[in-house]
Amino acid sequence: MTPDYYLVLAAILFTIGAVGVLVRRNAIVLFMCIELMLNAANLTLVAFSRITGTLDGQIMAFFVMVVAAAEVVIGLAIIMSIFRARRSASVDDSNLLKY
Amino acid sequence: MTATVLAAEAAGRVSAGEAWAFWILGALAVVGALGMVLARNAVHSALWLVVTMLCLGFFYVINAAPFLGAVQIIVYTGAIMMLFLFVLMLVGRDASDSLIETLRGQRVVAVLLGLGFAGLVATGLGRALDGTTAVGLTEANAPGNVQAIAGLLFSRYVLAFEITSALLITAAVGAMVLAHVERGKEDRSDQVERMRQRFAPGSYPAPKAGPGVYANTMSVAVPARLPDGSQSERSISKILPQRELTAPEAAPKGTEK
Repeated sequence: MTPDYYLVLAAILFTIGAVGVLVRRNAIVLFMCIELMLNAANLTLVAFSRITGTLDGQIMAFFVMVVAAAEVVIGLAIIMSIFRARRSASVDDSNLLKY
Repeated sequence: MTATVLAAEAAGRVSAGEAWAFWILGALAVVGALGMVLARNAVHSALWLVVTMLCLGFFYVINAAPFLGAVQIIVYTGAIMMLFLFVLMLVGRDASDSLIETLRGQRVVAVLLGLGFAGLVATGLGRALDGTTAVGLTEANAPGNVQAIAGLLFSRYVLAFEITSALLITAAVGAMVLAHVERGKEDRSDQVERMRQRFAPGSYPAPKAGPGVYANTMSVAVPARLPDGSQSERSISKILPQRELTAPEAAPKGTEK
């Protein structure tokens, strides 16, 4: 096998995450699927970093992790405030921005 | 040993040990991802995702990125997943997914779309990367992985690094603003008011009866017996699943008089 196999694995993981976003209804599980897609992208960056022989891919993966952490904090806070208003964490229930 | 690894690196191929690790951990990662999507319970989804993230952390270490591997395990499985579990316990503990499809046939179309996407990406990658050789990171990692990353981070990427700190501060302030609940002075009740409410007609001033612990059962799912012999439904937690006793469980244990 060659390091390209990691790219195929990352593509598989990304696809599973994307299908999960389309299929699931719970907002928190949707968020986990987005995290999975970000992780798959990180694996791609790390594998490319090894293929090209430079460390720039690893730096990009590091920044992706930082942005993912900030995104999770804000996203979970939004989910909690929606839950407080609607008593529900399902994305189908929040079809109105007001009330 | 090192010579063979270097030779394999130079040929763009990986060692047999790495191939073994790839097939085992890769299968585990895919199983974890599938389990996350397929698990009905959101807490189970989170635990499956932890499996996938741990596998990816090992992959980073294998791919000559030990710093990212450590960050993956500390930040993702340590901090972010714990945050997910906290919010799950606050919000979505019993929020299992509804099985009603709002758009008819959406799930089938989503899976077909995913298969098509995976096919496109995989064939594209296969054709684009056929015949390329991996350079390997032995040269770039020569001063040590952390030192090399720090050298890049604080020279070429220093502006992005500074902007990252602004992003993190914004995120922290945003989370505080979103999670904070403003309570007016008129909403606060003093002790006298709370006491009045407690002894008002219709409320129950005494502590709730605990769930039953009898000679023939120790289950917290068994309701407490009130003085008049009736069962107190409010003594059992609503989270506990209601279930019927099976015949051997309901049969006399030989301990009754």
